Amino acid sequence: MATVTYENASRVYPGATTPSVDKLNIEIKDGEFLVFVGPSGCGKSTSLRMLAGLEEVNSGRILIGDRDVTSLPPKDRDVAMVFQNYALYPHMTVADNMGFALKIAGTPKDEIRKRVEEAAKILDLTAFLDRKPKALSGGQRQRVAMGRAIVRQPQVFLMDEPLSNLDAKLRVQTRTQIASLQRRLGVTTVYVTHDQVEAMTMGDRVAVLKDGELQQCDSPRRMYDHPDNVFVAGFIGSPAMNLMTLPVADGGVKFGSVTHPVDADVLSNTGDTIIAGVRPEDVELDDSGRGLPVEIDVVEELGADAYIYGSVEGAADTDKPFVARVDGRTPPKKGDTIYFTPKADHIHLFNPETGLRLNG
Amino acid sequence: MALDITAARLDPALLDLPWELPLEEWPQDLLAALPQGISRHIVRFVKLSGRVVAIKEIHADLARREYDTLRILNRLDQPSVMPLAVISGRKTADGEPLDACLVTQHLKFSLPYRAVFSQKMRPDTTRRVLDALAVLLVRLHISGVFWGDVSLSNTLFRRDAGDFAAYLVDAETAAVHQQLSNGQREHDTVIAHGNIAGELMDLEAGGHLEEGVDPIEIADRIIHRYELLWEELTATERFESTERWKVEDRIRRLNNLGFDVDELDITTDIDGTHIQIQPKVVDAGYHSRRLMELTGLDVEENQARRLLNDLDAYSASTDRQNDDEAQVAHDWVSEVYTPVTLAAPRSLRRKIEPAELFHEVLEHRWYMSEFSGNDVNIMDAVADYVATVLPNKPDEDAVVGLDTQEMPIVADIDAGRKG
Repeated sequence: MATVTYENASRVYPGATTPSVDKLNIEIKDGEFLVFVGPSGCGKSTSLRMLAGLEEVNSGRILIGDRDVTSLPPKDRDVAMVFQNYALYPHMTVADNMGFALKIAGTPKDEIRKRVEEAAKILDLTAFLDRKPKALSGGQRQRVAMGRAIVRQPQVFLMDEPLSNLDAKLRVQTRTQIASLQRRLGVTTVYVTHDQVEAMTMGDRVAVLKDGELQQCDSPRRMYDHPDNVFVAGFIGSPAMNLMTLPVADGGVKFGSVTHPVDADVLSNTGDTIIAGVRPEDVELDDSGRGLPVEIDVVEELGADAYIYGSVEGAADTDKPFVARVDGRTPPKKGDTIYFTPKADHIHLFNPETGLRLNG
Repeated sequence: MALDITAARLDPALLDLPWELPLEEWPQDLLAALPQGISRHIVRFVKLSGRVVAIKEIHADLARREYDTLRILNRLDQPSVMPLAVISGRKTADGEPLDACLVTQHLKFSLPYRAVFSQKMRPDTTRRVLDALAVLLVRLHISGVFWGDVSLSNTLFRRDAGDFAAYLVDAETAAVHQQLSNGQREHDTVIAHGNIAGELMDLEAGGHLEEGVDPIEIADRIIHRYELLWEELTATERFESTERWKVEDRIRRLNNLGFDVDELDITTDIDGTHIQIQPKVVDAGYHSRRLMELTGLDVEENQARRLLNDLDAYSASTDRQNDDEAQVAHDWVSEVYTPVTLAAPRSLRRKIEPAELFHEVLEHRWYMSEFSGNDVNIMDAVADYVATVLPNKPDEDAVVGLDTQEMPIVADIDAGRKG
């Protein structure tokens, strides 16, 4: 078991003008489950592969525990890629399917059997060890793939989009399994996904990347409640946060006719406008027609709640529809115009130029 | 159901397939083989307008990505399967959404590795299969293609004058870059090593591996072969300026390995005593391209080498070494190649590709000549080959197979679709 430290680690691909990963700094605690998340091309997989030793680190360094592994070949780093290989071999027993990487590495037979049995116990596969994979269910086959990494007893588990090939149902199941297994084993784990829901439900901490730069690294709760910039605000949460560029006046932000009061020192860091972020569940409807008007295009009734989708009148550069979660018993109708303000203390403010968070 | 179809040229017969059913439930009369066993995705081989297509059920984003990657690989002239279409927006009769399908053309006369290993083999089949895979990996890497999941299951093999040529079948994890870093190449070789060792161990467990072959040793060797070939293709060589013949020598060595050198980086030091060379742009298919230019025949690399040798022999025996090469080649095709390849009756043509048949006939003639102590005419050789050897060969024009527990079953295209 070990900590993992990225220290100003950068990766520039040959022929590229900008780094794919730019001065990454993260300290991952012993036993922690850290998730790299971000849109395609953000550098999340590259960051993982730099740790695995599959991508060169052009500057900075990476440590596993106190050991500088920056220039070590992959096999000497004591890390294991999980789910690199799902393929189960039909003629080999479950035990051999789990232990074959150890055999390749030249581990003695007794030791292989011992480790396979230990892993099988953790994975509830003991009864199946001498059977062929054909006799297993889909979920059990997944666990065999996990077992392959566990038997190697690495210091760090690495997982690169392990669920992307699974259908939706198996994905949710496996997600829970991986998270609970990781907690049982207590092995430091670095996990890559493009799916923010996966990141938020699995990680002890989540690191959001964009264009090779770390945007924020925090617990899922903190990330949701306190995004450090506009990108994180829009990326984390489903449905996404409503982000609107609104005028600043009278000591606050103007939601139509209503002024939402904001501290003077926050306002002093922006000009005539500000980006205001309001999560769908933090939208407060106003029956008296005060607030920012929204024309409703779609109403999605889910029983207890309803989601309304529409467009904000007068808010600039919003390409995404406005979304609000409202009481499912008396939702507004399609075509209505509603008025809203944010719930007190549930507004996120960002500088329109830098995108950085302004309020605490 | 409104289907969303991506395709360069759509075969209308595709539209008649039962897209509203999960692939697993497609009726058997559509299928070219009965698939069984374990694979990551559901794949089915389907008979369509007299040919076989492979259909993989997979998430729409991944299907489109793989379709695009395969298109690029084809444009780069990399040995890979041809993507035909992506069918998305599928729904069941009850309106339940279904995953998209990627449709690829089945590669004629190709063999999955399990089929190669399940046949009675020449002693060093394993070596030849893995050499082909090493060449494929080098070709991909030279062109900046990262594979991501190198394995025998993701490769198809075509006979190539006694050897094999390897084709990439699964591009799900592949990505095309300007140039690959050493880390990316190493990633591919590390994965290749683990996968191949595992696949061979599985063959061993199933009793399909040659006696005395050690899976790990073989997996080590393929990586070694890869590295040697990579080194030969890319290494910088330095020698004294009096040894200029070494430039020519390097090019010839690369040609012998089947690569063309399009660009060579040559630098001399300031006092001009040393020359340094490094191949910059190399292209696989040296012999097959040359044969294509001369004859229009599109065949594998080693087959081309064999055919070119026979063409040389023809031009020597007819005393036409000083004639226009293209004219001689034209006559060789009409007087030798075509009559030989047409000598096999139609009913036996599903057993072997024409160029491979020609290669086998040349081999056969050699054995006949040795046995009789005289030169044997090629038309006599082909007559004997067709009578005694060819009928005993399995049909190989449409062997399909998954990474299955069962051995692949030969497709019966002529039975066609019923109804």
